[in-house]
Amino acid sequence: MTSKGSITQVGATIESYYGRPIVKEPVWQPEIPFYFWTGGIAGASSVLHGMARVTGNDRLAKSALYVGAVADAASPILLISDLGRPERFLNMLRMFKVTSPMSVGSWILVVSGGASSTAAVLELLGVLRPVKRLAEAMSFLSGPPLATYTGALIANTAIPVWSEARDELPWLFGASAAASAGAASLLFTPLEAAAPARRSAVAGVVAELGLMHAMEKKLGFVGEVYKQGEAGRYGRLSKVLTATGAALVAWRGRRSRAAAAAGGALVLAGELALRWSVFKAGFQSARDPKYTVLPQKERLRTKKGAGS
Amino acid sequence: MSAYADQAATYRDEQKPRMGFFTDTTVCIGCKACEVACKEWNLIPEDGLEWTGESYDNTSQLGANSWRHVAFIEQNEPLKLNGETAELNGRPEPLRWLMESDVCKHCTHAACLDACPTGALFRTEFGTVVVQEDICNGCGYCVPACPFGVIDKRRLPRAPEDAPLAVPLLGKNEDGRVWKCTLCYDRLKGGHEPACAKACPTDSIQFGELDELRERAEKRLEKVESDGWNGARLYGEDPNDGVGGFGAFFLLLDEPEVYGLPPDPVVPTRHLPRLWRTTAIATAATFVGIAATFLGGRTR
Repeated sequence: MTSKGSITQVGATIESYYGRPIVKEPVWQPEIPFYFWTGGIAGASSVLHGMARVTGNDRLAKSALYVGAVADAASPILLISDLGRPERFLNMLRMFKVTSPMSVGSWILVVSGGASSTAAVLELLGVLRPVKRLAEAMSFLSGPPLATYTGALIANTAIPVWSEARDELPWLFGASAAASAGAASLLFTPLEAAAPARRSAVAGVVAELGLMHAMEKKLGFVGEVYKQGEAGRYGRLSKVLTATGAALVAWRGRRSRAAAAAGGALVLAGELALRWSVFKAGFQSARDPKYTVLPQKERLRTKKGAGS
Repeated sequence: MSAYADQAATYRDEQKPRMGFFTDTTVCIGCKACEVACKEWNLIPEDGLEWTGESYDNTSQLGANSWRHVAFIEQNEPLKLNGETAELNGRPEPLRWLMESDVCKHCTHAACLDACPTGALFRTEFGTVVVQEDICNGCGYCVPACPFGVIDKRRLPRAPEDAPLAVPLLGKNEDGRVWKCTLCYDRLKGGHEPACAKACPTDSIQFGELDELRERAEKRLEKVESDGWNGARLYGEDPNDGVGGFGAFFLLLDEPEVYGLPPDPVVPTRHLPRLWRTTAIATAATFVGIAATFLGGRTR
């Protein structure tokens, strides 16, 4: 039985209402993928900074602190700018709702961003050492959730390519954050102090590439948007940039400051492209009703089979 | 106790019976009186006129500026399976024209309400889900959260009296908030039925207490089935479905996706406990992973 608006996919035909989407595309603007990236850099930089402090690598600690503070300062600006009513941004803190990753994330950003910025300003001014230590400790602990909650944020939607990847997205975003924070610190750290940043950049990229592959494989038919359109283009760009950057850092990054910086820049750009690929995939997944309908019909068939 | 019961309990003795819609599409004649009445009562702005060529439907979908949407589907299918078919020039004409007035489902487990970080979306004393326009800051998280694609951001310019609040530097002169059906919360408070149900000339849109509507719908389905209607089924009446049952449910004549509805909607929040656990583990792993890069000394 076919009629106007029917969509064919290998082995299955579904009907739709004139091919129109069922779920709405996100209304988020370019600020959001940029924020996923800056939030990741900020969160993972907090850990780099804290660990460097603890292990006595003050030079790396300083780089990571300032990188994180800049990313932390950019993050709320991006988020507020994306709001339909920017003047009401404080309504984000009207309540704390564990059912809303957006609410939980807003509080994480307030705590983490506030702590990192405070620590950076006090470091710059060279005053209030005990307060700075406290701020550093808070930033150290609240950084990792800042790096990963954005994965939970998009997984907790009705967009098939995001929601079906709920077991992978927080991991992917965590790995991407580690890679980009390491890469960002590489740009500003002398070779002899940069070993952890190098390892973080390279290991982060390796983990991220593996997770991306695993996610696409698990998503199957729903994941094909990662091969198509803008999501596909950003995805391929990301793979080339991160792989080249990580290889450069691993190969020459210990000897040449220029190679370390160039590799770091490539990884940073590649991780930004990754966030864009995931962002665009959500729009593409919402746009075509077959991604919503086919998995749901399959689920109903399975349920019926189990019931009888 | 479910989240719904928790929300309802906050009203204590002001809690009312749960109200909803039963939309019986077998008697819909596609007059769109519901769309018009909704627009007029709720002062919803016009958002452009476009001829789609999709049967008689030029509204196309629910959104910030369309809280009722009448779908029109032309099919080469018999309306009834008992041999009764329409005739054209003395020959049987196996043709039917399906019409369905779509609306916000006012879910028992509402994705938009769960997702809303500001508390702008709330559960009323009637069990419906409503946006408070003076709280919403337009974060847009409810939009991709809704499994039905109902709620959306209003992109039209702000009302003149609202314009001073615009932030010109950020290029925000649009309304920017999200809007959807309120089940005419204001009318309900005054003891009236929602505008669409009031305007519906065939009682395709029936308003009432949800429990009673469910009973009525069961009886109607039995009647329609015994009359041999092709493909009759209830959609959204089951409290055990992925959203805990709809507050506004339907009698359809074909698969839900034919009407642009999801066949098995699930509230994203159902997976959230597991998602938070995954996130916590991934967070710890990110922490440990970065910390591990400090093993092996800090020399080159």
